[in-house]
Amino acid sequence: MCGIVGLFLKTEKYRSDLGRLTAAMLHEMRSRGPDSAGFAVYDQGSANKTRLTLLNKATQDTYDGVDSGSDWRSMAASLEGHLNAEVEVRPLADHAVLETSGDGRAARQWVIDNVVDVDVLSYGQQIELFKSVGDPDLVADRYDLAGRSGTHAIAHTRMATESAITTSGSHPFVTGSDTCLVHNGSLSNHNQLRRGLERNGESFQTENDSEVAAGYLSWRLRNGDTIDAALEQALLDLDGFYTFAIGIKDGFAILRDPIACKPAVVAETDDWVAMSSEYRAIAQLPDVEHSSLFEPEPGKVYTWSLTS
Amino acid sequence: MSTIDLAETTLRELNRTLQSASTGSFRVTNPRGAHAVAAGLNSDIEVEIDGPVGYYCAGMHQVGSVTVRGNASTGLAENIMSGTVRITGNATMSAGATGHGGLVVVEGNAGARCGISMKGVDIVVGGNVGHMTGFMAQAGNLVVLGDAAADLGDSIYEANIFVRGAIESLGSDCIEKEMTDDNFAVLERLLTASGLTARTDEFRRFGSARQLYNFAVDDIDAELANNGKASV
Repeated sequence: MCGIVGLFLKTEKYRSDLGRLTAAMLHEMRSRGPDSAGFAVYDQGSANKTRLTLLNKATQDTYDGVDSGSDWRSMAASLEGHLNAEVEVRPLADHAVLETSGDGRAARQWVIDNVVDVDVLSYGQQIELFKSVGDPDLVADRYDLAGRSGTHAIAHTRMATESAITTSGSHPFVTGSDTCLVHNGSLSNHNQLRRGLERNGESFQTENDSEVAAGYLSWRLRNGDTIDAALEQALLDLDGFYTFAIGIKDGFAILRDPIACKPAVVAETDDWVAMSSEYRAIAQLPDVEHSSLFEPEPGKVYTWSLTS
Repeated sequence: MSTIDLAETTLRELNRTLQSASTGSFRVTNPRGAHAVAAGLNSDIEVEIDGPVGYYCAGMHQVGSVTVRGNASTGLAENIMSGTVRITGNATMSAGATGHGGLVVVEGNAGARCGISMKGVDIVVGGNVGHMTGFMAQAGNLVVLGDAAADLGDSIYEANIFVRGAIESLGSDCIEKEMTDDNFAVLERLLTASGLTARTDEFRRFGSARQLYNFAVDDIDAELANNGKASV
């Protein structure tokens, strides 16, 4: 199964409520994916800083509330030497948010190559990302989803099918700057795709099929595709079942495979666009009774942007 | 008419009330996309639902009438046996799936695979239908006042599909057929029952070409030889 939630705020009106509204939507999708959950929140960030969200895998599935901050700080000191730039650390439970003026992609690769038992969940100027096994409401509470503000958020409740129930295997997935993806479905050709992407410089941290879809998008975007072009090509290159909700810098996108077995519903007002697996998540939003409501068509690319 | 507010009553309590009632009419408020609202009705009661519903609304519907003033998610009136299910808005995937009898009216659009594997139900859609509508339909009538998306009637058996608007494409083994007097009479009856207005001479009829392997007697012998039993 799996439950998907996406909320993209077109105007300022609800930006201080982004996390609260997303948490209310996520709550409704608990029954579609009770084994784990995750969320990505985008804010405007600061132009010259990259943030990385890291996961301490050593404690990921047995997290007992102990702050592992001291370990993060010694790791950050080594990373500063590699980047030749300052790295600030903000630990949160078994996650930490690092902020640096150094190169984000280089920082991600350094952590993957040099730090045992740490996953890089996200990097970019706008995104922070948190995920864990366990009840989606508890995951939202632990990482304070409701208290967050920003422009858009993507969240997911997982019922694992293609890989194990672990925090690393939970959604959303990020492999490129500010590019995040959640997936309901399963891909058939992810091993083949993964090998091709690795040859082209993508690096993966899990065996998960959905991470490959995220990597595919990151690769195409890094090589100059627009999000629309990248998703049009994805329709040709990805084999399997999927409904994707995708966050990019200043933007939001939806794609369903041409058979479209995996559900999706979208509502739009002047202030927001919301997407979910089921209407009952969208029913939580302000002014929903005046929204224009539709089911995204199979094999059709939908995108929204703050800049257009 | 008694009113049941889903903001105050649990879904299970609502359905228990509806399933144990033998007569009467009920109004359900604040469904807010809940699943299985008014599922499994087994008496000739009337239920009106004010607002959007989730999966399997009026699913396993034995008898009685259900009206939804709003939209419905996957599996509206799936496996309906008799009675009427009407929705004023749109229905998403698999509306009227596997229905054996009765009437399903979608006043708006219906999504993908409307009437999939229908076995005798009549379905009338005021707007458009999604791709693979009427997939493996076995009996009954499906009336579409708007357009039909790709692969209409794929692998259809004996059901009739009537479409007024444009057809994106027909599915495997589905062909256009002549409108007979009997067909016009059925269409007239269903349009009247649905309360939707259209001229019967604007519709085209689609059904099975009966060319797929499962229609060929010789293929049954081949199946027997290969598997020791027919896979029909």
